[in-house]
Amino acid sequence: MQPTAGLAPSSLSLKDLPWQIDWDIHTCTLCGRCTAVCPVNAIELGVFRKRELHAKPGIPEKPTNTYTIYHGIRQRTDPAYRCIGCAMCNMVCPNNSIRPRKLAESPMLWYHHNRGGQPRTRGGRRNESGSLLDQLKFIRISMLTDPALDAGRHEFELKTLLGRILPPEEELKALKENGWTPPVREIYPLIIGGMSFGALSPNMWEGLIMGVTYLNEEMGIPARISTGEGGCPPRLLRSRFIKYVILQIASGYFGWDEIIRAIPEMQEDPCAVEIKYGQGAKPGDGGLLMWYKVNKLISALRGVPQGVSLPSPPTHQTKYSIEEAVAKMIQSMYMAWGFRVPVYPKISASSTSLAVLNNLVRNPYAAALGVDGEDGGTGAAYNVSINHMGHPIASNLRDCYLNLVAQGRQNEIPIIAGGGIGKNGNLAANAASLIMLGASAVQVGKYMMQAAAGCVGSEADRCNICNIGLCPKGITSQDPRIYRRLDPEKVAERVVDVYLSFDTEMRKIFAPLGRSTSLPIGMSDALGIADKDAAERLQIKYVV
Amino acid sequence: MCRLFSLTSRDPVSPMLAINALNVMKEGHDGSGVGLCLRGLGGPFGEMKEAPILSGIFTEAGLKRLSQVSADIGLDPKYSMTFTPKTPPPPGTPKRGTYLARAFDIPDAWKGLAPEELAREYTRFRLMLRTTGEEQGDMQVFSFWPDTLMVKEVGDPMEVAAYLGLDNKDLVARQILAQGRQNTNYAINLYACHPFFIQGVCSMTNGENTAFIPIREYLASRGVDGYCGYQSDSEVFAHILHYTVNRLGLDLEYYKHVITPLTNEELDGHPDRENLVRLKQACRKLVIDGPNCVIGCLPDGSMFMCQDRKKLRPGVVGGKPGVFAFSSEICGLNAAIPDRDTSKDFQPMHLDTAIVRPDCQEVTICSQLQALPHLH
Repeated sequence: MQPTAGLAPSSLSLKDLPWQIDWDIHTCTLCGRCTAVCPVNAIELGVFRKRELHAKPGIPEKPTNTYTIYHGIRQRTDPAYRCIGCAMCNMVCPNNSIRPRKLAESPMLWYHHNRGGQPRTRGGRRNESGSLLDQLKFIRISMLTDPALDAGRHEFELKTLLGRILPPEEELKALKENGWTPPVREIYPLIIGGMSFGALSPNMWEGLIMGVTYLNEEMGIPARISTGEGGCPPRLLRSRFIKYVILQIASGYFGWDEIIRAIPEMQEDPCAVEIKYGQGAKPGDGGLLMWYKVNKLISALRGVPQGVSLPSPPTHQTKYSIEEAVAKMIQSMYMAWGFRVPVYPKISASSTSLAVLNNLVRNPYAAALGVDGEDGGTGAAYNVSINHMGHPIASNLRDCYLNLVAQGRQNEIPIIAGGGIGKNGNLAANAASLIMLGASAVQVGKYMMQAAAGCVGSEADRCNICNIGLCPKGITSQDPRIYRRLDPEKVAERVVDVYLSFDTEMRKIFAPLGRSTSLPIGMSDALGIADKDAAERLQIKYVV
Repeated sequence: MCRLFSLTSRDPVSPMLAINALNVMKEGHDGSGVGLCLRGLGGPFGEMKEAPILSGIFTEAGLKRLSQVSADIGLDPKYSMTFTPKTPPPPGTPKRGTYLARAFDIPDAWKGLAPEELAREYTRFRLMLRTTGEEQGDMQVFSFWPDTLMVKEVGDPMEVAAYLGLDNKDLVARQILAQGRQNTNYAINLYACHPFFIQGVCSMTNGENTAFIPIREYLASRGVDGYCGYQSDSEVFAHILHYTVNRLGLDLEYYKHVITPLTNEELDGHPDRENLVRLKQACRKLVIDGPNCVIGCLPDGSMFMCQDRKKLRPGVVGGKPGVFAFSSEICGLNAAIPDRDTSKDFQPMHLDTAIVRPDCQEVTICSQLQALPHLH
């Protein structure tokens, strides 16, 4: 029999899609909210025709037909409109009549989402649920000689330093001789990592900045946020709140013009300047803001035409080498703010991290090093980059820290670790582990989106469309029709909640370890893992 | 918890005074070891203030090797005090050999060296003996420094003192630091026994230093001879003190600011705010986290006691002009100086350093909130 429609090689059946829509005809009121809210138009209102055959027993009467029509929801099978499992349909359904369901078996879609010869790009998650950080345990509990501290009552000092720290001898010499010392900021060790104004919606950005400001000014927690590449809203640059912001400049220099123009009018110095050389989840790719999100505002801010994709190249044409780039950019940024603002590079964790670190150690202006591991979420990247490129953060960070220890420079160049922290919700435990492995601070992006703005993306390839501006929650969209869904005030409230609960959990971790007056950076004797190879690699205890 | 007792006196006194004090505090330690550091020596050693004294435990072979090695570099033995036990050791104490304190005339090559150079030579010699001693199992060396004698052994302090004959009338000192050990986290090892000594700087600690590993890593990378070993988490206190005083050239009042810096709020109103903020940043790697009570002694004979930030370990200072003592418990102080004015006993709190200067006239209380001596 001939098919009624053309069956092409890439025709998919519903069964081939990873996300299935379960729709209940009995409870659906056909209100249409689900189809209206679906960001990818995976479902549409359908008109179904049903033929019923009535065959009565006995020969004399011929069978008859009746035709009925009913309305319902139809899931599309075109890979371009596949369901992403975001469950917005369920969130708006008054009767819970509809929900996406993950198909357990491997669907055929994997082989067909490169149509037109374009490999898949997606908003970043590695789609692996495992995490080494979650396997680490804190084993050095003070019981015999010390009473464990009371996490609720004791005074805890959870701040860290951002900026190059001189060795005590040199600092004292500078003190006696009134010499220049590099600027140092005392900040909270949890930094909101670089997610640019182009990547996030204006509402999300506003919410994050408001939350950070509230934490600083009302709660006494010196939280900081990195802008990501792409500039900073001019009004924020000229406000006093800029001191809570780490300005990120990358090789694309997007938004740099705005920043330069604002410098003479800045009321305060920014907290720091971060030069982005790489991101952990797409090392070597640089940033990528896809054309969907380059609207009028973003194009004005970045000084680019509307509707073009904006890849931020990992190395700029004008730079001869990474060493030169690091040295030149650091120095010029320092000069821009009169040597009052710490400037540091952020690189992808990689086998060359140590080389960069060693360059920084010898550069008197280098303020810190951001190392970003493979597990981080990222706005847009090719599937293959997210899944197969990069270096896990734990071992890379440990290498960097031990390298500094060997040179007697530990914490003089603070290391800021990122990439997969709190991936499974264990933010405080993951952060504390990294601090004990040698990080002076940690940065998170994805966690903030998930916890503070309700991002529904998961490690099971759910949603992950941050790149195309259709974020169902309005977090990473530049379309006002979508980002109006997000209330900045509520985001700010959640940012504060996240920080305060993180603070409590950190105390709960540090108190039994007997630590309260300084951040336990490098306290590796407190860590254990039930994986012999990992223990050996990280130089921590092997415990089973 | 261990128990600590130290004493600073105008006139040399017997270390048995400190041992007795430890004995009355016996409920607080399990008698698993005793350590003694004697400085400002009287008796025969008191007449040779400049001669470095080697303190340690040696087997027969070790003694022979020591004579050979010291002769090789021109160290000439001047006077020896040996404690060769005649009785079987008390329970728990192994039979080790000869407990020796030997003063040397230094070789010509060392004469005329700058004090820092000479200090380095002394340290290197001690470390060389310690390393080869550990390899060959024939010697354990605790100090090699003028006017300093150290004894360490496993066992109950009183029984060890009787066993070694520490009531020797020739063994007297002006500054005595003694620890009654309570073995806890680490294996029993004489090098883990307090007090710890490096180039005239001595300290002992009660409690556990939870910041040990990062501090150890930092100190060991400073490139200073002698910042090594670390069989005990408390050894870093002596080295931080040495680093503060010798390397950074800071006064004793700064030590507390290095190990337990003030909070930002406290610093806000401090007369030396600018300096202290920068010192806090630069020395952040050396911040201890306690709970600790630290007693220490400087090359000039100043003795002090301070606490960690949380002040979770007891400690008391008291005495009378001419003799002062620092003790974990008041009963120890009562045993050593019963006729003092007890109303002047002082228990340092989380901001205090109690200092008795070498003249032994009074206890100076130095609070971290006070102005500091100028940097020089």
